[in-house]
Amino acid sequence: MTSNTNPMRRSVGWLGLKRGHQAHPVEWLAEKAIFLISLSAILMVFLIFVFVAREAWPVLRGQANSSLVRPVIPVEQMDQLSPQKLQDYLGLTPKQYALMDQETMKSLMEVKIEASKEVPDDKDARLNTVSWRYLARPYQWTGYDHPVSIWQPVSPVPKFNIIPLIIGSLKATLVALVFGVPLALGAAVYVSQLAAPRYREWLKPGIELLAGIPSVVLGFFALIVLASFFQGLFGYQSRLNAFVAGIALGLAIIPVVFSIAEDALTSVPRSYTQAALALGASRWQAAWQVVLPAALPGVFAAAVLGFGRAVGETMVVLMASGNASIVSWSLWDSTRTVTATIAAELAETVFGGNHYRILFLIGTLLFVVTFLSNWAGDVIVHRLKKRLEGKI
Amino acid sequence: MTHMKKLLIQLSLIAAIGLTAASARAGQITAKGSDTLVILAQKWAEIYMGKNPGVKIQITGGGSGTGFAALQNQTTDLANASRKIKAKEIEACIKAFGKRPTEYKVCLDGLSVYVNAENAIKELTLDQLDGIFSGKIKNWKEVGGQDAPITVYSRENSSGTYEFFKEHVLKGKDFVASAQTMPGTAAVLQAVAKDKNGIGYGGAAYGAGAKHLAVKRDSVAPAIEPSEETVVNGTYPIWRYLFIYVNPALDKNEIAAYLNWIRGNEGQAVVKEIGYYPLPDRQRQ
Repeated sequence: MTSNTNPMRRSVGWLGLKRGHQAHPVEWLAEKAIFLISLSAILMVFLIFVFVAREAWPVLRGQANSSLVRPVIPVEQMDQLSPQKLQDYLGLTPKQYALMDQETMKSLMEVKIEASKEVPDDKDARLNTVSWRYLARPYQWTGYDHPVSIWQPVSPVPKFNIIPLIIGSLKATLVALVFGVPLALGAAVYVSQLAAPRYREWLKPGIELLAGIPSVVLGFFALIVLASFFQGLFGYQSRLNAFVAGIALGLAIIPVVFSIAEDALTSVPRSYTQAALALGASRWQAAWQVVLPAALPGVFAAAVLGFGRAVGETMVVLMASGNASIVSWSLWDSTRTVTATIAAELAETVFGGNHYRILFLIGTLLFVVTFLSNWAGDVIVHRLKKRLEGKI
Repeated sequence: MTHMKKLLIQLSLIAAIGLTAASARAGQITAKGSDTLVILAQKWAEIYMGKNPGVKIQITGGGSGTGFAALQNQTTDLANASRKIKAKEIEACIKAFGKRPTEYKVCLDGLSVYVNAENAIKELTLDQLDGIFSGKIKNWKEVGGQDAPITVYSRENSSGTYEFFKEHVLKGKDFVASAQTMPGTAAVLQAVAKDKNGIGYGGAAYGAGAKHLAVKRDSVAPAIEPSEETVVNGTYPIWRYLFIYVNPALDKNEIAAYLNWIRGNEGQAVVKEIGYYPLPDRQRQ
């Protein structure tokens, strides 16, 4: 990047955009416009995170309380309460309170009394089940003989433990990575290094065609065909389980990983391969021991992207995983992932209620996990590149 | 294409959209909610729209919870529900539009318990069902069947069928954690039809592919099959009303007429075709 030595013609530009020539006004405008548009893309991602986290904020801060046992004030005493106390008791915002008349507030108080009668006769009814203690650690609920992590949000005593969901997501993603990444990588090495050019011409677009399959079609395929096939092969009990969902997820990530890995392998300079072949290596040795290590940053980035895609995939796991929220590391057990839970349950919840907030909480968690994995992947890719270039 | 022509096409598109939007407002009834009711609601809508051309009725499913959420957010006129509204939902409705929603019973339903057609079991007591679905009974041999573990299929927790079953058969206890949840009654049936050791539950309307069990109130009572007689007179133990809830402020003119038609003899005749059970005469409109 050479700067023009003539001080009259050099322009440092706004926000440090260095340009080596005098800017044409329209060019300058276009540059600024593109810069703003790209900034807005980053801003939108940030705003999505903010809006999602905002819904989950009360639970994150530990301010939500789902205890079913609340003090109840008889309707006759309504007039004795100050406006502030009445607002707090009925859960009204000042705006809602101003708009309401006596009749409506009376019926709200009656409903509160009815709600108190619906409280189940259970020692756990008074617990705040949305506090972190019950979200993250097992507890021995009524009717269970040992401490368990249960996700059963629609229940007389709602149970919001998110551990089964996290384990479910991890299991399905792990199976997908173990199945999909070696396959995609093998295909990428073959197509870019070992295949004759005439095969490469239709193999590469052929595999990338897999990316065009909608995930609901993959999920349907897994539900109807794969599930029966694997149950016939392995003979386990649950027809829909983490294994089937993982294989279907693997099919979904293969084109993603293949595309990027193949591009990374092809962009390794030909001189490497030619040098290896000239020194007597076979094509296989050249591909495996010279080109693949050289393309490692790109291949690793492909795997990280595959992980992000697998962990965020919804339709496939919704249809093929059986959706049973159990804490089990067995692959043959039915599993419930975070994404399927959000998809299946969000429509039902009362806006602003505890279940709603917890679903946004796990959504935020998913966002953070994907973000962190991409960021860690970037850092590692950067280091690998540096090491390859001999700078570390 | 010339500039003028492009402009004309754009303007006419906008006008078309505006007109359709305007016409959509007139005489449109929206009903959202229960998946158990969705087929019946669509049939009612079809027949009613055939008889009253000025009215447009739009039906969506999603579960009883979705219907109540939509009622509270005022994105629907009618909320189809396969369970009674809860106090928290009433509270939310009062905060949203100032009144309790009006409840209308629209038909009866018997919840069938499904097993695979090859399963030797033909009847179970309510206690045995309670044990199976809450996880206390894990093997078919404990209830007189073959020596195989029981695979429990359930509905998603957004479903009114799920809540009804939990309240009345499980008496408020949790479903077993390993119960596989399916998105609809048809999916439950399909899963049970493919799984020799499966058991599931669902509305009586979707009845093909697996067989349903006769249910005994206790070990000495007779085993009752779900049928119109047994459900209407209450001898089949697992029965319930299906409801439609409406904002009282909207319950007039077309919507009230539609609701009256549903609860009258014409609407109830449709109920039998779909496979649910009509209201007894004394409860009709």
